[in-house]
Amino acid sequence: MPLRCPPMLQELLDRLFSRGTTPKTSRETVKRRLQILLAHDRTELSPAVVEKMRQEILEVVSRYVEIDPEHSEFSLENDQRTTILTANLPIRGIKEFFPGLPKADEVAIAEADTAAAEVPGVSEVPEVTEGVPPGMASPEAPADFPPDTLDLSLLDVIDAAIDPKTLPNPSTDGKQTL
Amino acid sequence: MSRIIVVTSGKGGVGKTTCTANLGMALAQRGHKVAVVDADFGLRNLDLLLGLENRIVYTAVEVLAGECRLEQALVRDKRQPNLVLLPAAQNRTKDSVSPDQMRKLVNALTKVFSYILVDSPAGIEMGFLNAIAPAKEALVVTTPEISAVRDADRIVGLLEANGIRNAHLIINRIKPAMVAQDKMMSVKDVQEILAIPLIGVIPDDEKVIVSTNRGEPLVLAADANQRGLAGQALQNIVRRLEGETVPFLDLTPPADDFLARLRRLFRPTE
Repeated sequence: MPLRCPPMLQELLDRLFSRGTTPKTSRETVKRRLQILLAHDRTELSPAVVEKMRQEILEVVSRYVEIDPEHSEFSLENDQRTTILTANLPIRGIKEFFPGLPKADEVAIAEADTAAAEVPGVSEVPEVTEGVPPGMASPEAPADFPPDTLDLSLLDVIDAAIDPKTLPNPSTDGKQTL
Repeated sequence: MSRIIVVTSGKGGVGKTTCTANLGMALAQRGHKVAVVDADFGLRNLDLLLGLENRIVYTAVEVLAGECRLEQALVRDKRQPNLVLLPAAQNRTKDSVSPDQMRKLVNALTKVFSYILVDSPAGIEMGFLNAIAPAKEALVVTTPEISAVRDADRIVGLLEANGIRNAHLIINRIKPAMVAQDKMMSVKDVQEILAIPLIGVIPDDEKVIVSTNRGEPLVLAADANQRGLAGQALQNIVRRLEGETVPFLDLTPPADDFLARLRRLFRPTE
């Protein structure tokens, strides 16, 4: 399988290796490159399939929250011959579900660290479990979105989400790690 | 019960053939009847590393064509009577032999020899498939370089897919001084990435080239100094193959003096 480096992967690599104050040693660099390379090799997923999977996952997540596609990261990594799919999707805000509800556009970017889906061996399409940033909603809530009837308890959840006390500090680059 | 072990790597030039020659010789020195089989049809090398190139009359291809008996093709090593080489043809391509034929050849060898080491060609095509066809175990050779490790990983996957689950890793040509300066992946780095059990670590050693020039495998050298750390590492692999627990060689470079450490502090990262 010829392995072309997809643009988003390249971007990820660039970001990984240019960031930080101390330059990485070539030993760290090569190890990191190999880990990413082998994760792709081992899953035997073509870059096209990975790209399709990425778009579909973005599409599903976008139904519930506004994400920033520019800054989302999507990578396959490997540990002990097990492939791990990691998606970092910065959330800009919650989608407005009902007219009249306060729009959550002030919710700063939080980072949803889409957690590990294990791909044992070959090309099973992994299942993605989504981590929910603190102060946004309880992890069970998104399963019922949008509810059939107007549930007032929902208001509390959204109010909690835009409560300034729970907001990440905007000066810190808008990012917050789970 | 004979052991049939394929020595393979994916990438060329990482030391498969050197390992096969030395491991075969070291096993023979320990009293086992050993056959080393060159599966690199068209680009044979194992005969050169063993210094047996002038004694080849027939090859595996003639045996398979029924033009000679298997016994006639085997080249006996005069220095080590327990060792024989089954040479590959130099004038044929890798497609001139099939996996079934390799299985037949090697199975015939198991009647006499307790160890059969098959030296695989580089790549993952026909020649590789021929080499792994008869094997029950594999030694995967790599160097601590990105391309070699990537290819080794591919090989591990292909071995598994072909039912060879008993695979061990040999890391060749490690340069301890470079590792200490973070300019080369360490044994631990490579092993972590490939995640298969390690059976040997061979330091980079000029003595290997000298022994190749002479056609005398390193483990043949009479004194330990001539064998060097690389020779000792190869002998340790053989002991581990036989189930002994042998600690890995201490390859840490001699401790830096204060000045060297100071210099490193000011050197740009590489």
